[in-house]
Amino acid sequence: MKKFDRERVLLAVAGPVIALIAAVALTSVVLIASGKSPIEPYSLMFEQATFSDIQVLIINQAGMYYLAALAVAVGFRMNLFNIGVDGQYRLAAMMTAVVGAHVDLPAVLQIPFLMLVAMLTGAFWAGIAGVLKVTRGVSEVVATIMLNAIATSLIGYLTLTSVWGVPLGNNQTTGEMKKSGWFPGIDMGAAGEIYGFTLIAVLMGVLYWLVLNRTRFGFDLRATGASETAAAASGVDAKRMVLTAMLISGGVAGLAGMPILLGDAHTYSLSFPTGLGFTGITIALLGRNNPVGIAFAALLIAFLDKASPALDYVGYDKEIAVIMQGLIVLAVVVSYEAVRVWGLRRQQHRVGEELAAAAAATNDDNHTEKEVAAR
Amino acid sequence: MELTGITKRFPGVVANHDIHLTVRKGTVHALVGENGAGKSTLMKILYGMQKPDEGTIAVDGEPVSFHSPADAIARGIGMVHQHFMLADNLTVLENVVLGSEKLHGIGGAARRKIKEISDRYGLGVRPDALVEDLGVADRQRVEILKVLYRGATILILDEPTAVLVPQEVDALFANLRELKAEGLAVIFISHKLGEVLSVADEITVIRRGTTVGTAVPAETTPRQLAELMVGSELPTPETAESTVTDKPVIEVKGLTVYASGASLGELGAPAEVADPAGGAAGGITGGGPVAEGSVGGQVRRVLDDVTFTIHAGEVMGIAGVEGNGQTELIDALIGLKNADAGSIAFLGEDITAWQTRKRREQGIGYIPEDRHRHGLLLEAPLWENRILGHVTEKPNTKGKRAFWLDPAGAQADTRRIVEEYDVRTPGIDVTAASLSGGNQQKLIVGREMSHRPKFLIAAHPTRGVDVGAQAAIWDHIRDARREGLAVLLISADLDELIGLSDTLRVIYNGRLVADADPAAVTPEELGSAMTGAATGHLEHVEQEPAEDAADAEDAEDAEEAAPEDEAR
Repeated sequence: MKKFDRERVLLAVAGPVIALIAAVALTSVVLIASGKSPIEPYSLMFEQATFSDIQVLIINQAGMYYLAALAVAVGFRMNLFNIGVDGQYRLAAMMTAVVGAHVDLPAVLQIPFLMLVAMLTGAFWAGIAGVLKVTRGVSEVVATIMLNAIATSLIGYLTLTSVWGVPLGNNQTTGEMKKSGWFPGIDMGAAGEIYGFTLIAVLMGVLYWLVLNRTRFGFDLRATGASETAAAASGVDAKRMVLTAMLISGGVAGLAGMPILLGDAHTYSLSFPTGLGFTGITIALLGRNNPVGIAFAALLIAFLDKASPALDYVGYDKEIAVIMQGLIVLAVVVSYEAVRVWGLRRQQHRVGEELAAAAAATNDDNHTEKEVAAR
Repeated sequence: MELTGITKRFPGVVANHDIHLTVRKGTVHALVGENGAGKSTLMKILYGMQKPDEGTIAVDGEPVSFHSPADAIARGIGMVHQHFMLADNLTVLENVVLGSEKLHGIGGAARRKIKEISDRYGLGVRPDALVEDLGVADRQRVEILKVLYRGATILILDEPTAVLVPQEVDALFANLRELKAEGLAVIFISHKLGEVLSVADEITVIRRGTTVGTAVPAETTPRQLAELMVGSELPTPETAESTVTDKPVIEVKGLTVYASGASLGELGAPAEVADPAGGAAGGITGGGPVAEGSVGGQVRRVLDDVTFTIHAGEVMGIAGVEGNGQTELIDALIGLKNADAGSIAFLGEDITAWQTRKRREQGIGYIPEDRHRHGLLLEAPLWENRILGHVTEKPNTKGKRAFWLDPAGAQADTRRIVEEYDVRTPGIDVTAASLSGGNQQKLIVGREMSHRPKFLIAAHPTRGVDVGAQAAIWDHIRDARREGLAVLLISADLDELIGLSDTLRVIYNGRLVADADPAAVTPEELGSAMTGAATGHLEHVEQEPAEDAADAEDAEDAEEAAPEDEAR
């Protein structure tokens, strides 16, 4: 039995490792093709990662990626592709910023209250796609892509000075949030400050694992993802499950912008980070929807993000990191499918092997065995 | 054709070991063996889909080696698969020439050739019919024609009778005799012994991957053959004593389900399977004006006014050609499909509006027809599959309102099931996909029986299961029945139906058209009702339905609804 456990770990690790090796190799090919050193950029980036200020940046970025990727992963676990995490977290961050600028509760209440606002906004936005899918059969992929575009326009409208916007210099903000809603950070001295919300991200990871693997609801959700027909036959109400999963996914997505909003920016402005949701898809894929895997993937992508700008100063293009991220996605999809099929075959053979061995051992008293079977 | 010392190893498993097989021209050679005995592997080797590790194949005395099915076809070997490989929306002609356009073109020459082959072997194939309009038996003849068109002299038929009713089987056998009269060799794979004995000239038995003996049909009884196949005493599905009580467990009244639009052709097909043998019995009277009318209208009723009652301790068998409403009946009972009319009562309570989960929690067990689609999470470990369908029940969950999963409890119970139901697996952490079909089925049966259901929907409970395990599954059902379980048994195996059931009904075109006493009915009589040729109460001599009640053997037939239902 232990053997199969070990094998499962091996299979789980094999996919990402193969994908990363392939992505690095292909990136090197790109570098060689453009007449540059295929090794040096990597060593430069690794050198960057040894600086403590870069490390803090990486961790802060990874925290946000982690939440976005968890949101995507919830959908993936039941075969829903929530591409709309991007729109959901931006809209949620903006709403939270507006609410935080106007409501002033004591900090113990203010922060949970703001989190609730963020989650409800995200859930609401994702829920639209969920309702459309359940009642009208609209593909959640199409609906969430559309909702992303609508969210952009909606945010543009709501941050107009005539609505909720507050101009600040040549930036358009939503006004500074009340101090009680600022999430205290972890001071790292000269290196900067780690967003305190990163801890919430870690907690969300634990919660994600707990809910999916240890609750009845999680089992239903995973069963629906693994086989909708089998889940339906087992008594899962597929429509309700779609809607619930969409709401949860959106709720988690709503939190993705919180680390920077509550920890640093304290307002939603034109310079608020965008694209977390799309990167989250990459990370969820790379991390195989597993909370630990996603954490590593988030750190890796954050590393590529934060270590690559230095390349510009030594004659390389920092877009190398973008190329690499793209290649990782491609390699991940291919290698996971290959490893999955290979693993399944291998296990089938192993099971056959063990059973054959067991049969051979009892082959002498063929008759006894038959009697057991015919009992 | 001659095979000598064929051995095929898969990593860790020897699928075929030292197989010897000689097939002579102008004979039907049957290959019999249990599921998993190695028949399919041998056929794949014969047809060039896999290469043997050892041994030689010779055709007409010449040693050959096949690298692909194309090589086998070039050598005159053709295969008719169990699952037909036909494009529904093309005509017979188009299907036949597809892929061998070079032989006779795609026009008049090809049509003439098809007619010629069809006439020569008495296949009765119309080249311009659409395949989707054809019944199962006709499709099979098209498959045979396809193979002959490519010049095959050796035909391999893989379980050709699995989808046919007895009369169609007879027609197929008549075709096979024509083929062999013309000097062709037919390799006939089956595990239905009666059929093998009636059609084969020679029989080779495979057990545990090797040929254990040959038999000449004239000198062999099915029982001897079966013992050769299994290697020990053979179980029979007979139910000794009646345990039927008068306490109704499930009462279905006027259950009607409309088609949602898909695959009407498939469902309608059996109606056209009017074969020579069934035709004599008075044509299709079962349909009646109501059914005919609704077929013509916009909405088709896939279940039409189905009424029955199953009592505690009773097994009610439903016979029918697949696609006549069995799937819809199961779906409606388990709650996957809503009833468009009628009601379902469980232990006196109306459950028509209940969700699937509530039905299962309250004690409806479900052995699904298609275990891969409805019964298992293939890529999940066995213990998670043990939870599936019973996620709200102990030992799978704990805590208030069964909120938390209990993996330890589920795992321990999975070990128990593996032990008690003889699921052959190295552990409970392997994925369900890595088990053989029979072992998957044993796991499902174990899971469902572990929750002590009061009503069990058993669709093909022993499909794909070897003979030993089949007996074990029957025993489990019988034991539970003794304790008051009500069972709805749907099976394609008429012997299983007759042997296990207390009452029998025949479903045709979505309606229960006939009933029968399993103690008195023969598979042939059931078969003719399955094609719609006979209705009402089936006896050796046709009798009035009114005499049902007098039938002492099955007192449960006294459910008043039954006679009206059939008289319609």
